[in-house]
Amino acid sequence: MATTDQEVNELIKREYEHGFVTDIEADTFEPGLNEDVIARLSGLKKEPEWMLQWRLKAYRRWLEMDEPNWAHVGYPKVDYNSISYYSAPKRKEDMPQSLDEVDPELLRTYEKLGIPLHEREKLAGVAVDAVFDSVSVATTFKEPLAKAGVIFCSISEAIQDYPELVQKYLGTVVPHSDNFFAGLNSAVFSDGTFVYVPKGVRCPMELSTYFRINAANTGQFERTLIIADEGSYVSYLEGCTAPMRDENQLHAAVVELVALGDAQIKYSTVQNWYPGDENGKGGIFNFVTKRGACLGDSSKISWTQVETGSAVTWKYPSCILRGDNSVGEFYSVALTNNYQQADTGTKMIHLGKNTSSTIISKGISAGRSSNAYRGLVKFQPGAEGARNFTQCDSLLIGDRCGAHTFPYIESKNKSAIVEHEATTSKVSDEQMFLCRQRGIDPEQAVSMIVNGFCKEVFKELPMEFAVEAGKLLEVSLEGSVG
Amino acid sequence: MLSIKNLHASVEGKEILKGINLEIKAGEVHAIMGPNGSGKSTLSQVLAGNETFDVTSGEITLNGDNLLELATEERAREGIFLAFQYPVEIPGVSNLQFLRTAVNAMRQHRGEDEMNAAEFMKLAKDVSRQVDLDPAFLKRGVNEGFSGGEKKRNEIMQALLLQPKLAILDETDSGLDIDALKVVSDGVNALRSEDRAILMVTHYQRLLNHIVPDHVHVLAGGKIVKSGGRELALELEERGYGWLGIKDEDASN
Repeated sequence: MATTDQEVNELIKREYEHGFVTDIEADTFEPGLNEDVIARLSGLKKEPEWMLQWRLKAYRRWLEMDEPNWAHVGYPKVDYNSISYYSAPKRKEDMPQSLDEVDPELLRTYEKLGIPLHEREKLAGVAVDAVFDSVSVATTFKEPLAKAGVIFCSISEAIQDYPELVQKYLGTVVPHSDNFFAGLNSAVFSDGTFVYVPKGVRCPMELSTYFRINAANTGQFERTLIIADEGSYVSYLEGCTAPMRDENQLHAAVVELVALGDAQIKYSTVQNWYPGDENGKGGIFNFVTKRGACLGDSSKISWTQVETGSAVTWKYPSCILRGDNSVGEFYSVALTNNYQQADTGTKMIHLGKNTSSTIISKGISAGRSSNAYRGLVKFQPGAEGARNFTQCDSLLIGDRCGAHTFPYIESKNKSAIVEHEATTSKVSDEQMFLCRQRGIDPEQAVSMIVNGFCKEVFKELPMEFAVEAGKLLEVSLEGSVG
Repeated sequence: MLSIKNLHASVEGKEILKGINLEIKAGEVHAIMGPNGSGKSTLSQVLAGNETFDVTSGEITLNGDNLLELATEERAREGIFLAFQYPVEIPGVSNLQFLRTAVNAMRQHRGEDEMNAAEFMKLAKDVSRQVDLDPAFLKRGVNEGFSGGEKKRNEIMQALLLQPKLAILDETDSGLDIDALKVVSDGVNALRSEDRAILMVTHYQRLLNHIVPDHVHVLAGGKIVKSGGRELALELEERGYGWLGIKDEDASN
């Protein structure tokens, strides 16, 4: 049973609901990047000298680097001198000390996004850090976290208040020389989140950061650093949205995770940056480097991502499994529609003995979009008894989209075991007919079939996010029945 | 209840149904028999609104309403149910979720409140026992890894759950062993009621020993060539289709 193309299109064409712009007074840098801009940025944030030197070193290295071109994406060249590298809501005084001091217009923005900071603080039991353009505007639940010894603050505060921890770990997982975008981020990152969970502490609540790009013509370069000390546990969620604008905007974040012995970090993302309109105009370029190091024995890092936004996504949350018996996991749902392009996947680098990794990737392509899984599983000589299981499934909706799988396996240890499974399927006419014959709307049917396809990944998400992710898929898919 | 007049339908330009006329009243059970390729399955798909088939002329009304103007899901909500010959799998979507979504779509259409998960679970368990399916199957993916018999029982279970006005059973007996056939037939017989019609499409008469029809029609070459009562099916079993001037490569059955 073929639903007509028109129905398909109507379903795909749902408007991006976070596309509003907040009218707020902001301090924004003139576009352009040079050492003076970096010094000004660092000065504005009252950073210590070592931080400025760290940034300048990264900047000088970045100038010598080339933008990567191996990904299965195409986009107009970014002019890095036409971007503003800092935009912050104007504040009367310094940092707000509590939510009551945050500009009410900003709080309303977060409420519109479904993140009422006040209520979250009181009801939901999820601690939230809200990053608006270049700065962190509010962090909730600071007190109960402090009681448990957990540090949860903006990276800018951490540089001031916990310089020894920042200096010890910043750039150790993703060095500034790692890649072009990581280099750029290291030079100009403006804010982000810092988490430290002390030895043996199970973080008493989910930690969450919501990133919002608001200002036009600015890039967002956030930096997140999470350190789980021995035997600790933390679950961290991030969500992101941006206004609808005709110009592309750059988002180049770096996330570093460090898990010491027996520590566990669970990192979940629901990425819903503005994807551009149905003709592919506008949208966010999401060029992100996320990596976790399982430094200690029996440590575990688990990445779960639901990627529905952005015009172009270039993102490979990875795990370096250094400690013996350490575990890396990557669960991903990437949905592309209209003219979106995604090249995403993971790297699992096995160094320690008996390390194990699991990769479950679900790619959904609709419209004229292109969706690629790119993954590397690498076993170094010391990775005795290591193993990986990889499953890559692609689901196509309609016949104008593309799905690609680029799995790489490198093994330097004969005892290592790799299992790889891959499937490609379509939302079939028969499935649609069965659903509709039972009285179910075509739109609801597609959403149900796609949710079923993603089930293995959704079950990894914290409850609150799982519901959000399901709804997000439904919205992103509207108009995609085929 | 259902009235089909001079129905012509084709797929990819090839005409399959060449002028079907059929009247089905509430409370009746009709059987459509005929050799392979006669258009039996096409007729059931066209009634349910499969858009692969083009209706080129003729009319279909359900209680006076023009069915051809309604989309597949609208027909379903008006009470047309098709038990599929080859039910398709929907991986990852649990039966429970699928069935509840369907039941609630129907309820919403009738202006009734949606059933909550607990209420629905109880109902679904009761009905699954009626067709001898372990309620544990409700948690499995729709038709995922089901045996042929389980799939067919699942279809009948859905009919019991959705309580349609017209249930169309497309080769519901194919691939069933004798025990499963009994279970499925009991389920269908439980569906029989004064305000419901049943249209069975079958190649073989053995199903009709369990579900006794009021009317039997022979479909050949896209037309109904003969209609009669229960005895017509028995005669077909005995004499095959040949005496009606129809070729049937499966006549040995």
